[in-house]
Amino acid sequence: MTTTPARLVRAEPGPPYEISFDGLPVPARPGQSIAAALWAAGILSWRTTRYGGSPRGAFCGIGTCFDCLATVNGRPNRRACLVPARPGDVITTQKGTGHDDLAV
Amino acid sequence: MTTSPSEPGTPPGAARGVTPCDLAVVGAGPAGLAAAVTAAGLGLRVTLLDAAEHPGGQYYRHPAPGLRAARPQALHHHWQTFARLERRLGAHSATGRLRYLPGHHVWSVLPEQPTETGESSQAPVAAPAQAPVWRLHTATVEGAGAGRVPEDGDQDAGGHGDERPVTVRARTVLLATGAHEHQLPFPGWTLPGVVGAGGAQAMLKSGLVLPGRRTVVAGSGPLLLAVATALSSAGATVPAVVEAAAYPAYARRPAALLRNPGKLAEGAAHGATLLRHGVRVLTRHAVTAAHGTGRIEEVTVERLDRDWRPVPGSARRIPCDALATGHGLVPQLELATGLGCATRHAADGTPALALDDEQRTSVAGVWAAGETGGIGGAEPALAEGELAARSVACALRGIPLPPRAAVLRGRRDRLRAFADTMAAVHRPGEGWTAWLDDDTQVCRCEEVTAGAIRQAAGELGAHDTRTVKLLTRAGMGWCQGRMCGPAVARLAGGAPAPDRRPLSCPVPLGHLAGLPGDGPPAPAQPPDRSGPPAPEDR
Ligand code: FES
Repeated sequence: MTTTPARLVRAEPGPPYEISFDGLPVPARPGQSIAAALWAAGILSWRTTRYGGSPRGAFCGIGTCFDCLATVNGRPNRRACLVPARPGDVITTQKGTGHDDLAV
Repeated sequence: MTTSPSEPGTPPGAARGVTPCDLAVVGAGPAGLAAAVTAAGLGLRVTLLDAAEHPGGQYYRHPAPGLRAARPQALHHHWQTFARLERRLGAHSATGRLRYLPGHHVWSVLPEQPTETGESSQAPVAAPAQAPVWRLHTATVEGAGAGRVPEDGDQDAGGHGDERPVTVRARTVLLATGAHEHQLPFPGWTLPGVVGAGGAQAMLKSGLVLPGRRTVVAGSGPLLLAVATALSSAGATVPAVVEAAAYPAYARRPAALLRNPGKLAEGAAHGATLLRHGVRVLTRHAVTAAHGTGRIEEVTVERLDRDWRPVPGSARRIPCDALATGHGLVPQLELATGLGCATRHAADGTPALALDDEQRTSVAGVWAAGETGGIGGAEPALAEGELAARSVACALRGIPLPPRAAVLRGRRDRLRAFADTMAAVHRPGEGWTAWLDDDTQVCRCEEVTAGAIRQAAGELGAHDTRTVKLLTRAGMGWCQGRMCGPAVARLAGGAPAPDRRPLSCPVPLGHLAGLPGDGPPAPAQPPDRSGPPAPEDR
């Protein structure tokens, strides 16, 4: 039996609920942040940078680096490592400042 | 869940009417928790403020209750200590002596000026005649509001899941704001899958997730062994721990080692776990590049000379799907420097608060404990928190320190000596900048390259972080230089300067507008006066 973080601490979370990332369903465990749910699904990047357009995801994991910004339920600039995942949350890749629709 | 009342939406003016508590503790990590429960036990009325939803700070970070972990201690050393502190926190909260406010991010601490009488536009006197009352401004973060960067024109402060301002008044303040990770850049460190070593640890402890199945752990400092141990115990393959320093350097400082046998035992325990999981530990080596398209696929590892310069011809590649990297920790000092607290350079070169024998900062009425006074880990933090609380109690009562303080001071000094040894051993060698090519991004937020910074520091004549920042925007982005600051300082040829950030976290403009003297107060809500009863024995 392969070890997993959940087995290590004998976690028995309730049934996972569904959030979505760029249209694809992703399961989240009660109590997980959005970043944790995405990592668990093997997703490591969910924004692109303003100048280079390069992919980024969680880096510091504690709310300090702002690399994990995501658009959550239509609102950009949410730190995915701090925001708890809620059933039905719609996460989309954040491009640039998250306000590219306003760009002139 | 807390049942402690807060002061919802208390406008700054109204806050004057609320009796200040004796001590406000900022941060509920080891130092803050120890301080808060000690002070409450000594009869002080204490308010403990913390940005996180659960107590423990980064060190005692643990799975959210929803994950129902039966054995959270599997990811921790000394879990019993935390369990005891948490019980005392609960007991003091129940009696009302301690008010615990989780989800409250303190973004500013200010002395209340005596001339400030609501409407007065008179310039405040330079220094208050008597001890000031401190005002701690917080943004509450709850539920879906957590983690959001406030935007201009935010309309919904106070709405569901969003931030609202809360002000706490206190006679004394204890800053236990901890630290964040120290990062040194290298080519490819912005690739997805490259994560902070502390970040990987934090995500594992709280969310029970791993960044990848095959994770190289690299950088410098004792945290690397702890992270590698945790990752491999949780099922990841760790092909190597890559440590830039040389462990034998510890042996050159035998006194600090011999006085701290517990530390040796801890190191040995990590070593045994790593051995069991077949983890190689390479010392005097560094990951000098990460490679991949779209995400990390392998790393280049090179041997280092004494100055951390790569030894030519020593490069080899290790395939992996994640890299956890970090070079120790940096004290989090915004609130302290905002108050004008004096700093010093710690043994690892990072700025830390200058503290006296009783954990007092240079500003009267403000104490500090834990990593704010220099990186040392949980054990000195616990001793310092307790010592600071005793010092505060004695100061407020005008009595001398009890004999117990000497014991705490002794313990602190012994543990601090070890921390200094560690810091000196792992202090980055000057040669690490040789890892960078001109295209390496140093500032992750603003995507500023090493080439641009070198140009600013060379041709353009910038000699400090601030000038480089003005010329290149390095450190001007979302994280305010928390990730790139030390690296930029080094590239500019200077030493890392203490943080000077006006705000310690993103704050909606509406909160700032509500500050005294800066416009009308926030919409009034009746201040909550049903707070805990003041104890009689003071
Ligand atoms: S990962 Fe750094 S802020 Fe979220």
